[in-house]
Amino acid sequence: MTDLTASAATQGLYSCHVCNLVSRVERESLPAHCPRCGASLHFRKPGSLSRCWALLTAAYILYIPANLLTIMETGSLFNYRKDTIISGVVELWKTGFWIIAIIVFIASVTIPLFKLISLTLLLVSVQRRATWLPRQRTRLYRLVELVGRWSMLDIYVVALLAALVQFGSIATVKAGPGAVAFGAVVVLTMLASMQFDPRLIWDPLHKERT
Amino acid sequence: MPHYPAQLIACHDCDLLQREIPLKPGCAASCSRCGAVLYRNATDSINRTLAYTLGASVLFVIANIFPIFAIEVQGARNTINLAGAVRSLWSQQFQSLSLLVFLTTILIPALELVTMTCLLLPLKFRRIPDGYTIMLRLLRVVEPWGMVEVFMLGVLVSLVKLTSSFKVIPGIALWSFGGLTLLLAASAASFSSRDVWARLARKPDQEAAA
Repeated sequence: MTDLTASAATQGLYSCHVCNLVSRVERESLPAHCPRCGASLHFRKPGSLSRCWALLTAAYILYIPANLLTIMETGSLFNYRKDTIISGVVELWKTGFWIIAIIVFIASVTIPLFKLISLTLLLVSVQRRATWLPRQRTRLYRLVELVGRWSMLDIYVVALLAALVQFGSIATVKAGPGAVAFGAVVVLTMLASMQFDPRLIWDPLHKERT
Repeated sequence: MPHYPAQLIACHDCDLLQREIPLKPGCAASCSRCGAVLYRNATDSINRTLAYTLGASVLFVIANIFPIFAIEVQGARNTINLAGAVRSLWSQQFQSLSLLVFLTTILIPALELVTMTCLLLPLKFRRIPDGYTIMLRLLRVVEPWGMVEVFMLGVLVSLVKLTSSFKVIPGIALWSFGGLTLLLAASAASFSSRDVWARLARKPDQEAAA
């Protein structure tokens, strides 16, 4: 991409994050507010990188208990088992529910890992003011935003089973501490990706030119 | 068809300044640099979104009152609805999970439906109350956290998991959740906040002529 035109920020124009109105604000009237919808205006999301790093680090830390601890305990007359995320998927695969196993694997294993790695990559590249493949990195960010919510799948499954399968000694399902950690990972990575500002990917390209 | 004067617009993903162009119905404009969708010419967006939202509200109520499904084992039977699942998790000492499920599947979707209705009804009847723009900002905040479609997938995965050891009886709410997922998707696809702003902008002078 060699043909670069101006970004709104380099022209001193704010673009509202709520209503998308592009406006110019007098220097004196800071903090700026959108003339149309009244939302506070910023050239870039404030503290984007540090907030995103903080949330992402917390997500990394919780990712460990989320995968090691049990997310679900199943007890019945004949057997008792504790499942982590991975062993739950393996069990589904063994019982012959291949499609479900693949769906759960994508939602609970692939997507969280993909989100953690992608956000780290985006943060590092933005901090080093990288200029490579801005379009692809923006796409990566959009993908992270798009798929993030689907990791909640396992939380809902555990919630439904734990609420429903309550037959005393015949069959009982209980949620495990891993589910709490996993839920926290999903929420934290969603918050982290909301804090990240994709426009930062493009800023070094403008600076280079001027 | 309202005619907009050529206006500046900044891409929300890369901040590139561009000029708006009129679009054919059903078409979308994407950023010339990063490919993000900037705006769409959604056909009759206010009426359609309102219709989908009101339909979704009815299904939402049904989905919350009636049981999602029931399971049977050795004569014992357990039924579940959404609020029941939340309550059961709470009483099993998983308050954080219970709260997460409550927020993402009950409170936020309800808030989303109410906000959307409060946003579109006044527009339809041409009576704009004070503080109206709060609605658009609120919608922006709650939007990513409503996860009805993920929950729907969670319900399906749980159903399949349960069929191996129980007799599963689908309930009314199962079907309404399916319908709700479709209507919410349709409402999100037909909504265009740009049209809302355009309607608001032409309020004082052009309204009499229209």
